[in-house]
Amino acid sequence: MNRSLILALGLLATPVMAQDKPVLTVYAPDYFASEWGPGPAIETAFEAICECDLEYKTGDLLPRLMLEGDKTDADVGIGFTTDETRRARETGLFAPHEQDVTGLTLPVEWDDDVFLPFNWGHTAFVYDTDYVSDPPASFDALVDAPEDAYRIAIQDPRTSISGLALILWVKSIYGDEAGDVWEELAPKILTVTKGWSEAYGLFSEGEADMVLSFTTSPAYHIIAEGDETVKAAIFPEGHYFMVEQVAKLAGTDVPELADQFMGFVLSETFQSLIPEANWSMPAKLPADRLPEGFQQLEMPEKVLFYDEETAFELRDAAIDEWVAALRR
Amino acid sequence: MSNTYRSFGLAAAFAVAALVGGTLLSAVSVSGGLSALAPGDWAAIRFTLWQAALSALISVALAIPVARALARRQFPGQRLLITLLGAPFILPTIVAILGLLMVFGRSGWLNALGGGLHLPEFSIYGAHGVILAHVFFNLPLATRLLLQGWQSIPEERLRLAQSLGIRGWTLFRLIEAPMLRAVCPGAALAIFLICISSFAIALTLGGGPRATTIELAIYQAVRFDFDLGRAGLLAMMQLAITVTATLLALRIAIPDSMGAGMDRRITSSSRDGILPDTLAIAAASLFLLAPLAALAVRGLPHVMELPPAVWSSAMRSLMVASASTLFCVLLSLAIALAAAGGGRRGVLAETLGMSALAASPLVMGIGLFVLIRPVQRPDLAALPVTALVNGIMAVPFALRALIPAVARVERDYGRLAASLGLTGWSRLRLLILPRIRRPLGFAAGLAAALSMGDLGVIALFADGESATLPLQVYRLMSSYRMDQASAGALLLLLLSLGLFWICDRGGRKDVDA
Repeated sequence: MNRSLILALGLLATPVMAQDKPVLTVYAPDYFASEWGPGPAIETAFEAICECDLEYKTGDLLPRLMLEGDKTDADVGIGFTTDETRRARETGLFAPHEQDVTGLTLPVEWDDDVFLPFNWGHTAFVYDTDYVSDPPASFDALVDAPEDAYRIAIQDPRTSISGLALILWVKSIYGDEAGDVWEELAPKILTVTKGWSEAYGLFSEGEADMVLSFTTSPAYHIIAEGDETVKAAIFPEGHYFMVEQVAKLAGTDVPELADQFMGFVLSETFQSLIPEANWSMPAKLPADRLPEGFQQLEMPEKVLFYDEETAFELRDAAIDEWVAALRR
Repeated sequence: MSNTYRSFGLAAAFAVAALVGGTLLSAVSVSGGLSALAPGDWAAIRFTLWQAALSALISVALAIPVARALARRQFPGQRLLITLLGAPFILPTIVAILGLLMVFGRSGWLNALGGGLHLPEFSIYGAHGVILAHVFFNLPLATRLLLQGWQSIPEERLRLAQSLGIRGWTLFRLIEAPMLRAVCPGAALAIFLICISSFAIALTLGGGPRATTIELAIYQAVRFDFDLGRAGLLAMMQLAITVTATLLALRIAIPDSMGAGMDRRITSSSRDGILPDTLAIAAASLFLLAPLAALAVRGLPHVMELPPAVWSSAMRSLMVASASTLFCVLLSLAIALAAAGGGRRGVLAETLGMSALAASPLVMGIGLFVLIRPVQRPDLAALPVTALVNGIMAVPFALRALIPAVARVERDYGRLAASLGLTGWSRLRLLILPRIRRPLGFAAGLAAALSMGDLGVIALFADGESATLPLQVYRLMSSYRMDQASAGALLLLLLSLGLFWICDRGGRKDVDA
């Protein structure tokens, strides 16, 4: 083997060290670290104070961590949803966050000592006032509306977190009658998509009158497009709470940096990036610091939420009810 | 056929099967074994088989008049039309669904037209929507494969038939039907297998859980339950269906054996049957091109708004597609040479090669992750792995184009070549390659275009900074930017078509031109 080849192989084998700063590896869902997600701005803001290099690794967050187990490179995982935290907790991979959670601006109590919330919203049916002149005033009204009143695009609870939240939303309002409610709703459901993006695409293209989305969705249209015709239908029965969380890996090799990041998550710098980068409500930011488009959003008075154990116990049977009602 | 080819071909086929089987096994190994199927899984398997079989039959049946018309007629812009008609097959699913809905959806063109005529509203959602979408996707593939069959009928035979006054039905029965018997089973097989692993189309257009396919059950097992044992079992069932279907199709297909012609094609245009031919071409063009036109109309105004990140991801996708095309063509050619030789080893090579169609992208992604992680940082491997996997995933399609072509060359000229002592590399270079340029170009075009559109296998470990174009389009959608996403989708469509066109054109330069 000649010398230049040896040299070339050596270069390949050595990771390129641009600088000697410590690296904080953050695992995140793909959307989070994309150019249009909150990731890049958060990276810049944190690197300005940490003397470190924040590096995202994107992909399926929890499946990847579970495959890697305690050999993972992750120091922090961000973007856990409430349906994942139970299984994530069971892995024992995570350490307590040790952050002060007083003063959180969540509509529910928060006492989880491992998973720290960073943004939230509620499920809601979103519509365009140009096309829907008589939106349902309550969930009951939606259920009782004539078969051809609305055509709704929803997400599949078996593949989508918002789809699952819808199932739990119906369950929390209607309990044992959820199956009957699904049968009433079935004719009004235009179709079921794999994920949120596809359903919202159908709504944007005028194919669906209403789409299962979030109470915060209208903010995007108000702020980015100057369009005030997109609204979330607010129901007095309440709306299901959805929250995204961050957690520190117990096996991190940069524990101080990881702790610093966990603290940064609840800082005003981080929190004030959330509304217009993630189009959702920050977990700790007073209402008067929200961008104007968010302040004018209609928000439900009643919030529904199952803790992870209850949600897990209800989940399979609730999905089966949904499948049975929509299969017909 | 020389043994060298055989060994290469079998090795290539085993490489494909090793990736499919190896990734499946390594995914299952994580879970420590297989677990039982859920009650809904059997319904998913039934629905999957039913819709795939129907979609395959309808696509091939409709392709017969279209391919026949395209083979018999010559008109200006024909080449461009043939390329464009291939476009649906290479569209990323979500883009194709939106395009279809712009035409067949409730506020689409069809209903706008029907509404003007006071017709009842057409709803695309339901089992018929799934089949409509699958036909939209796969009619182009079937048409191209059958067209290739028609083009391989020696001109002498048609002229002889003409001089004997054989026309119409008799002509079809004597000359065309044997060709169809040889080509159709393979085409139907490929389409059946594509529809097996369909997921987003079936769900969105099927209108909900009525249309649950095996791939959705796999997705659910992985994402929601992290039950790799159940995912692995489902993936194995998918594989078993693929192998069974492949063996079945190979039994049905009877190689057409009417002997060689002068190795030249001269297209004659008889006025016979010009009306049905025109109708077939017009109807297929309308059906396949209208959704593309809708996508163009939607995306074009926003192309200039695309941010630089989308353009750089387009470059990245082009590079990945080039690498996987080269890889796919080399593998498929080797497998086709072995498969065309027939016999048990031929069947083995073809079956193994087709197995890539059964692979569940999700399970393959997990398997690859488990295999790669000990040796390399998975995010650094993301792009090479994408190129590799895309190349292998395109092998079954390339095989459907290459195997009949190589088999024909071997049958027609094999003995002559053997008597001339033409073996090894010179046999490949002088005899086979010049005569399979068309299918080879077509196969390369398919591989390139399919690779442009791929998304999914590396979902587990995509590197945030080296996103490909389809991923970028998906990201735009998931951040509410539907206008830019439509422009990104149009860019993807144009680049895929461009790559397809270049490869396909390369192959169209006839040996005797």
